[in-house]
Amino acid sequence: MTTSRLARGALWVGIAIAGAAAFGGIALNRGESINALWFVVAAVSTYLIGYRFYSGWIATRVCGLDATRATPAERLDNGRDFMPTHRSIVFGHHFAAIAGAGPLIGPTLAAQFGYLPGTLWLLVGAVLAGCVQDMLVLFCSTRRDGRSLAHLARDELGRFGAAAAMVGTLFIMIILMAVLALVVVKAMAHSPWSTATVFATIPIAILVGIYLRFLRPGRVMEATAIGVALLLFAVAAGGWVDHHPVMRGWFDLGERALAGFVIVYGFVAAVLPVWLLLAPRDYLSTFVKLGVVFLLAFAIVVLQPEIRMPAITRFVDGTGPIFSGELFPFLFITLACGAISGFHALVASGTTPKLIARETDVRMVGYGSMALESFVAIMALVAACVLDPGVFFAINTAAGVVGADPVTATATISSWGFPVSPGQMQELASSMGEQSLYGRTGGAPSLAVGMAHIFGSAFGDGLFAVWYHFAIMFEAVFILTVLDAGTRVGRFIMQDALGSVWEPLGRTSWAPSAWVASILVCAGWGYFLYIGVLDPNGGINILWPLFGMANQMLAAIALAVVTAIFVKSGRLRHAWVPGLPLAWLVTVTTTAAFQKITSDDPRIGFFAAAQDLASRLASGILPPERAAVAPKLIFNLQLDGWLTAALLAIVWIIVLDMARGCWLHLSGRRIAGSTEAPYVATRLA
Amino acid sequence: MRVAAEMARTAWDRLRALLGDDAYDRYVAHRREHHPREAILDRRQFYLAELDRRWARINRCC
Repeated sequence: MTTSRLARGALWVGIAIAGAAAFGGIALNRGESINALWFVVAAVSTYLIGYRFYSGWIATRVCGLDATRATPAERLDNGRDFMPTHRSIVFGHHFAAIAGAGPLIGPTLAAQFGYLPGTLWLLVGAVLAGCVQDMLVLFCSTRRDGRSLAHLARDELGRFGAAAAMVGTLFIMIILMAVLALVVVKAMAHSPWSTATVFATIPIAILVGIYLRFLRPGRVMEATAIGVALLLFAVAAGGWVDHHPVMRGWFDLGERALAGFVIVYGFVAAVLPVWLLLAPRDYLSTFVKLGVVFLLAFAIVVLQPEIRMPAITRFVDGTGPIFSGELFPFLFITLACGAISGFHALVASGTTPKLIARETDVRMVGYGSMALESFVAIMALVAACVLDPGVFFAINTAAGVVGADPVTATATISSWGFPVSPGQMQELASSMGEQSLYGRTGGAPSLAVGMAHIFGSAFGDGLFAVWYHFAIMFEAVFILTVLDAGTRVGRFIMQDALGSVWEPLGRTSWAPSAWVASILVCAGWGYFLYIGVLDPNGGINILWPLFGMANQMLAAIALAVVTAIFVKSGRLRHAWVPGLPLAWLVTVTTTAAFQKITSDDPRIGFFAAAQDLASRLASGILPPERAAVAPKLIFNLQLDGWLTAALLAIVWIIVLDMARGCWLHLSGRRIAGSTEAPYVATRLA
Repeated sequence: MRVAAEMARTAWDRLRALLGDDAYDRYVAHRREHHPREAILDRRQFYLAELDRRWARINRCC
């Protein structure tokens, strides 16, 4: 007994020492390069310690997770959505649901500050805020029959809170879809190989859909295996298309054409029957996503690539070329999902609580999945930082910032202290099977180059181009899944809202209503996508901060709901557990939103940028092609400013409403009835 | 040998469950146990009914 306790104690001391040593190595290294394995050791030790101690303490002392208490899955078991499920499977489902493109893109963009700030916040933020949020929302929902965040908000904060949560959700979805669509468009523009491969994923998904619907209904495993084989074939076939003199021309499309295509695709996929395109694409995307996560982890551990990015770059002063703004608050806004993501609260109060078999599983599923998601973000950061910094900036910086021709662009980037030459970029592009990699903003191409760099060094240089396009296909598959699934869910939320205006519009199965709502949702994200494509500064530098702010504000709403529940359910002493991350998020988002609205610097402030562009347009110094799009950009900048202000107002109203409710409760003037479902003893073995 | 086969079996079952390959088997088991007198959907009907339910709400994140 004592020896095993001693051994366990020694193990945890060892993990702590390994983590501290790795952190020290990462933080203090100022040499030429540092091995990526340090990041893995620091990350895994941090998650293990956070999981073992903080989540353990939250589980027993704060939540009082009770293995004898029957969960909604057991009490309301219907063999479908409510169903007690083994925790490792719930973990897999939950992780597959929360892991998306966000933690891949955010860290890639944030690498402009160097590797250190991103690594620190991904680890600290996940352990103290993100994992805690996911676990607590899952806990609150599990104790309340698996209710949704909107429902919990209505119970705890009233109708206004629920409406705000719904508006916030719809807004963040629209911005998310726009920014992700922009990422795929930037990756496919004038790249016949990428375009052909990504296009091929559509008929492949349809084939899988037909197989699942007619040939072998519901045999997901077989269908997925066939689909994945076809996807790999499509990656290779894209290369043949690229080398074919005629076919190459068919897929050599510009950004505007691709944006139009993606918008039409989103609409069509959202109104088509689910079995044909949406469901099979999701099966494929889940499989590919999990596969790549494990492959990348394996490659980083085994191949141990060298990090070339410096620990901290000069851009912490706010002059960054990829997105502008100082380290505080924009690092936190940019990393978003990898450290804490408001969107997770929707899943943690949606599908997952209905599957939890034992209340104690909440810890592993909620806290554990988010730790793994944060690890994915660390790997994306590593993949960005293994590139030569000069190359990284050349790929990720828009032509409007560094100049359109290779000589000017490379000279500008070299003048920042990150040497790169046109020859180097040309050589890199041709080894990746591309004509040009300049100004491919959005993070996906630089992540693909990073992954090709890591994988290619193991399997031979000749395969760089295949790995690059495999990575592009992998990102495109689940980005398109988010577009069609998101448009569909957005359609339902929209129909719900429209139904309160005119009842027939609320009938989800009525075709005209479905069409109107789908068109509205597509028009919403399509508009931001279109403006992003027009923007010579790349679009990402506007859309990503907007997305990050919306996402972090949604997290603040979720944490406000949890804090209110804690105060009213006799957990006042521990209300700081959700309360501290809430205070942090409110501080970060308020600062960021305030700067985005009031800053005089046109690189940061939306209104300042609109004014700056308007005065340059009026003085006639803009070249004709820029002058033509300037009025649209000016309108969009002002719109973004007002949207930011509206979001900020929503968050503050919710937080103040939450504080008022807690105050009334604590001063005994209003006893909110606890909405927790009564205790029933479990009968599961 | 038996242990290895057992482990492979568990891994296979977990993978099936993760991908949703066993959804129909679980549904049938549940209906037989809890609602033995009621009709059970066939594989195709169940697949279609499940799709509509699963894709009407948020189940994917950023």
